Amino acid sequence: MIEVKDLYKRFGELEVLKGISVDIKESEVVCVIGPSGSGKSTFLRCLNLLEMPTSGDIIIDGEKVTDKGTNINKIREEAGMVFQHFNLFPHKTTLQNVALAPIKVRKLTNEEAEKRAHDLLKKVGLEDKANVYPSALSGGQKQRVAIARALAMHPKVMLFDEPTSALDPEMVGDVLDVMKDLAQAGMTMVVVTHEMGFAREVGDRVLFMDDGVIVEQGTPEDIFSNAKHERTRSFLSKIL
Amino acid sequence: MITIEITSFSLFFGLILGTISGLGKLSRKTIFRYPCIVYIDFIRGTPLLVQILLFYYGIPGLYSNATGNSLQIDPILAGIIVCSINSGAYIAEIVRGGIQSIDKGQMEAARSLGMNERLAMREIILPQAFRRIIPPLGNEFIALLKDSSLLAVIGVHELLKSGQLYISRTFAAFPVYIAVALMYLVLTIVISRIVAYSERRLGVSDRS
Repeated sequence: MIEVKDLYKRFGELEVLKGISVDIKESEVVCVIGPSGSGKSTFLRCLNLLEMPTSGDIIIDGEKVTDKGTNINKIREEAGMVFQHFNLFPHKTTLQNVALAPIKVRKLTNEEAEKRAHDLLKKVGLEDKANVYPSALSGGQKQRVAIARALAMHPKVMLFDEPTSALDPEMVGDVLDVMKDLAQAGMTMVVVTHEMGFAREVGDRVLFMDDGVIVEQGTPEDIFSNAKHERTRSFLSKIL
Repeated sequence: MITIEITSFSLFFGLILGTISGLGKLSRKTIFRYPCIVYIDFIRGTPLLVQILLFYYGIPGLYSNATGNSLQIDPILAGIIVCSINSGAYIAEIVRGGIQSIDKGQMEAARSLGMNERLAMREIILPQAFRRIIPPLGNEFIALLKDSSLLAVIGVHELLKSGQLYISRTFAAFPVYIAVALMYLVLTIVISRIVAYSERRLGVSDRS
């Protein structure tokens, strides 16, 4: 479903991605782990072209999105993104946050979009918060709204950029539960995370990145219990 | 009162002009950006008094030299035009600062939902930026109100000119100038109260 071929990304002198190739199948949950600065987030942000790759190809659903003529907005409609710092729109209510893009981009009527937004808020357990502003929500609640907002576009794939890293520990579980439900419902997901428990339990595949390359990949079992590379083992021993 | 009329109209048109050129200055396209930079730098780098004289005497002079016909601009209209152009340049910088103060995650979130740049600007960035620029905009309103006194030199009967005319009949310079000063003071105090009030009203939903 997503095919990445020999992806490079350079910021000025700094080469962040040094040849990433990976295939992601439909309904697969891929967790990306690795030390900070390893290029995990940049890799994820390249998938919906928030960062333009320096070279290499990304093919989503048979369409080469790295071609010059591609409509980037169309690609992004199909790839929902959840950010570390939520990035909810502070001047809009929870409901408006979720319903806005379906109305403006998918051209749904207000009623359809609001119904969809209510359903999604219910799904993430926040139906009672529909009419409050983000400033009145806790971090975990904000992140669940952000997930609902991304889902409202009915994307084909969901990208998560360290979704629980900015949360208080007691909030993490609620967000991970929502993500687990999503995975079980068959959503294709790419998750950059430090939650090894989540990667082990929910991930179909785990990628270990370091210094701009994928050092090792495999099932959670392969990575967490039988890592072949020294770098993987030393990273895991530091955090587990 | 002509002072209030000129100031309000100029602020209104200045806001339109300032929003356009503030956005222009942020544009990635050189053809939009450069004219805006030239406009903003020229206006901010030259005295308003010179701009008033240039517009009121200079341009009609140029026109009559070129065509042989004389051109008389209504002083109040000229005042509104010059003050609009002048405040537009200052407001442009305020608008630019307001937009740049919005966290870039907001633009990323909007773009990641498939919104194009224009839509994201209109729905997400500008509404938040406008709330933030209300206090500096209030300052600009007050500055403009005081600067409109310079229009006395081209014979606009605003507050200062009215005072001067009164003095020429009564020779009571001190009490009249004091009265003029106090009237400006009352106006600026009223404006800053209004700004503070609207800031509170709009701030309600924006405590993130």
